Amino acid sequence: MSDIEDRVRKIVVEHLNVEADKVTEKASFMDDLGADSLDQVELVMAFEEEFGVEIPDDAAESIQTFGDAVAFLSKATS
Amino acid sequence: MFDLTGKRALVTGASGGIGSAIAKALAEQGAEVALSGTRTGALEDVAATIDGKTHILPCNLSDLDAVERLVPQAEEALGGLDILINNAGMTRDNIFMRMKDEEWDDVLAINLTAPFHLTRAAIRGMMKRRFGRIISITSVVGVVGNPGQGNYAASKAGLAGMSKSLAYEVASRGITVNTIAPGFIGSAMTDELNDKQREAILQKVPASRLGTSEEIAACAAFLSSAEAAYITGHTLNVNGGMVMI
Repeated sequence: MSDIEDRVRKIVVEHLNVEADKVTEKASFMDDLGADSLDQVELVMAFEEEFGVEIPDDAAESIQTFGDAVAFLSKATS
Repeated sequence: MFDLTGKRALVTGASGGIGSAIAKALAEQGAEVALSGTRTGALEDVAATIDGKTHILPCNLSDLDAVERLVPQAEEALGGLDILINNAGMTRDNIFMRMKDEEWDDVLAINLTAPFHLTRAAIRGMMKRRFGRIISITSVVGVVGNPGQGNYAASKAGLAGMSKSLAYEVASRGITVNTIAPGFIGSAMTDELNDKQREAILQKVPASRLGTSEEIAACAAFLSSAEAAYITGHTLNVNGGMVMI
């Protein structure tokens, strides 16, 4: 779990250019971390690449926060 | 200037007059080009005239499954895709009151829906690489209309609107989205016009001649280049002054 968290956090920090400590479980990519809708698409693409999974559009739309992403990817890679 | 060395391009409708000229022009500037079209033999003929590496990717753009596969195939053959030229198009002319549903649907499918699918697939890789060029060939008819071409004009105007909307979305990612709107261009089709028809057309064109496929291709090469990075959401009107907008 913590490994996944670290990898997801690294992607979010790099893509959105935010401080790592702002990337908390409840942090919303759009509301708290300054992502626009295109950033959100890019984050999902980056997650797919990093974890070798395919994230369908409806699942991608449900990934709104850092915690959502970690939970989804933990499940998808388990 | 306008060097495309190392760039990888996919051209649809590459066996036609304008499509083959675009493929050649991009290759001359150094791009590696994938040629798509329905007739493999005709694509091979075009490839034989191109000095440089080419790939032949036959695709029937009315088959959506095949359309969905085309960009991944091009990315695999080329190792990525930097330039997408939505050139393939068709006409099914009829006056509006007589236009059949199929005439409308077929033209929209090839001229607008296929470019949507190809473009959506192509921008994914372009976003990652922070570089991309989407160029769609429209028509002066999409701007000014033409009797008997309600379906064709709608598809071309649609492409222009699609391109502008997408241009907004991806501009910050180094991707430009533009259209080229040819006027009357010399082709196998215009060769068949009789003198009277030809005269009628040329009266509308201040340049007093038909354009050439190479003149359209040069615009595509320019818009594909690094030098054109600040041009997006634009329509380049290439019509000898027929419509000045």
